[in-house]
Amino acid sequence: MTAAPPLLEVRDLRVTFTTPRGTVRAVDSLGFTVEAGRTLGIVGESGSGKSVTSLAVMGLHRAGAEVTGSVSLAGRELTGLSEKELSAVRGRRMAMIFQDPLSSLHPYYTVGEQIAEHFRVHFRAGRAAARKRAVDMLGEVGIPEPARRAGEYPHQFSGGMRQRAMIAMALACEPDLLIADEPTTALDVTVQAQILELIARLQQERGLGVVMITHDLGVVARVAHEVLVMYGGRAAEQASADALFAEPAHPYTRGLLDSLPRLDTPDDAPLPSIPGSPPSLLAPAPGCAFAPRCPRAAARCTEERPLFVPYGDGGPRHDVACHFAGARTPEEAVR
Amino acid sequence: MTGTDTTDERPLLSVRDLTMTFPGRRALTGRRGAPVRAVDGISFDLAAGRTLGLVGESGCGKSTTGRMLVRLLQPTSGSVTFDGKDISRLSQGALRPLRKNIQMVFQDPHSSLNPRQTVARIISDPLLVQGWSAADARRRAADLMELTGLIPEHIDRYPHEFSGGQAQRIGIARSLATNPRLVVADEPVSALDVSVQAQIVNLMERLRAELGLAYVFIAHDLSVVKRVSDRVAVMYLGRIVEIGDKKSLYEDPQHPYTRALLSAVPLPDPAAERRRERIVLLGDPPSPAAPPPGCTFHPRCSKAQDICRTERPLLRIAASREVACHFPGD
Repeated sequence: MTAAPPLLEVRDLRVTFTTPRGTVRAVDSLGFTVEAGRTLGIVGESGSGKSVTSLAVMGLHRAGAEVTGSVSLAGRELTGLSEKELSAVRGRRMAMIFQDPLSSLHPYYTVGEQIAEHFRVHFRAGRAAARKRAVDMLGEVGIPEPARRAGEYPHQFSGGMRQRAMIAMALACEPDLLIADEPTTALDVTVQAQILELIARLQQERGLGVVMITHDLGVVARVAHEVLVMYGGRAAEQASADALFAEPAHPYTRGLLDSLPRLDTPDDAPLPSIPGSPPSLLAPAPGCAFAPRCPRAAARCTEERPLFVPYGDGGPRHDVACHFAGARTPEEAVR
Repeated sequence: MTGTDTTDERPLLSVRDLTMTFPGRRALTGRRGAPVRAVDGISFDLAAGRTLGLVGESGCGKSTTGRMLVRLLQPTSGSVTFDGKDISRLSQGALRPLRKNIQMVFQDPHSSLNPRQTVARIISDPLLVQGWSAADARRRAADLMELTGLIPEHIDRYPHEFSGGQAQRIGIARSLATNPRLVVADEPVSALDVSVQAQIVNLMERLRAELGLAYVFIAHDLSVVKRVSDRVAVMYLGRIVEIGDKKSLYEDPQHPYTRALLSAVPLPDPAAERRRERIVLLGDPPSPAAPPPGCTFHPRCSKAQDICRTERPLLRIAASREVACHFPGD
């Protein structure tokens, strides 16, 4: 007997853009899985490839991007599907929400019409049924007076309400997988707390698999079961959220965590910081992308790219791409 | 009683009843909407060499306050006293000699630097305005690049040749050109990558110590504000709802809004996140064009009583700081 395939399985994903200034490998050799009812947090800074990854999984990457590797949803391979076949999966079995809901909502149609339209396309439902579905969904995501608000236009909604409406639209067709790309970055912190709570509740009720893409390690710590840290288009480290935050093994992960100003720690000593800036993908170095900023870097790091391999004593999955995974510099050891 | 500092000496900056009212937006019908009171009578003091953090969510008036402090905006009423002199009503001409003492750092380093000017020009511009010679200004610009961790040899480059973090260093270097005593920094790190934020925070802290600067540090990120501030003012809908020493404010917040705000900030620690009790506020911050009566926070407050719906609470002492709440603490 074979185990059921994971909800989402991505293997050896590569996304390459050809630009006037050269070829950009935005994502390279990336693999991960997401199980139903679980949340994978993908963390990275600008240029890390986290958003390109989510678009490639959805088949929404820009024309001209070359995508290779495998993306399978509940065992069904999605790469190589025609646009028509993909449309039937996208929005129906997997859905996505973005940072800026206003740019994903059409300003000329009411919020209710947009959710209903989405439902009609996938379920061939009648107008009345679709309209009822839209109102129900708005109520479910916590919008007060959903029947009245369904008749309003996006500009009449606040930022938090718009993101709720986007979630309502994303979930109207009961997808199995929700990809959320920086869904709370544009929101105030008290509204962010509401939206994260909403996603967690809906996940529990529906057994949704969630991919949460963010630059905010606090958001990841709050919602993710598993965490994948990306740097320069590649996986740097992946582990359970508990292991990653308690025992970060990649110098980048450790550097990021150390450099965060935090509410729950004293702030008398200077903040440890990572020198330099995230790398350009136009001219990737032959070795480890983090080597120029790494306190631990040796000659080997600039010559040989580290493989993404298991780390530790073979407990739960913890993979790291570093020649010196887990090793600390003397300065780090004293902290 | 106003947000006075505990030091005896005369404050460097003293703000009293500062108010900014913007005219309502004109609708298609030609009728104006209600005026918006973006900042509604705030007061605080800042001593030389100290940092006041100004936190709050979008629309709370923190950026408008910053712009009034540097007189990019003329306050509707109230006073801004810098080093003993009220600058809130001065003409642009009378302001010019004072401008060198008060400078500003902006959120988006790239959009606040002129893309067609070299770094030399950007940093030395404030000096040329103050009457420096071109050669002296250029030398000073190179020194400031060194001071802010840039490579002085890059002085003839353009802003697009720099990363976000480096561009913010240029913005900081420009703000320091005239040797100011006060720098108003409006979200100086929020557009930067996480790994770069700490560099800029450290740079600003070092410069404060070395140059004896005072900062008004405006930010929505409570963790960053905690890091850099001596005192913190929490704003909600144009008013200060709590102001006091950083340590006591963060460890024992008295205003229900401060509590909710702090509990909403996610901690980068999954175990702590699971243990934490969270106060999730209902709804969104109301529009400053139609503020609720009484305490403007009452529609979202779990402790609200009748008096909160009718009577505006004034700042008064509670637990060694000032809180605008009828029922501070628990």
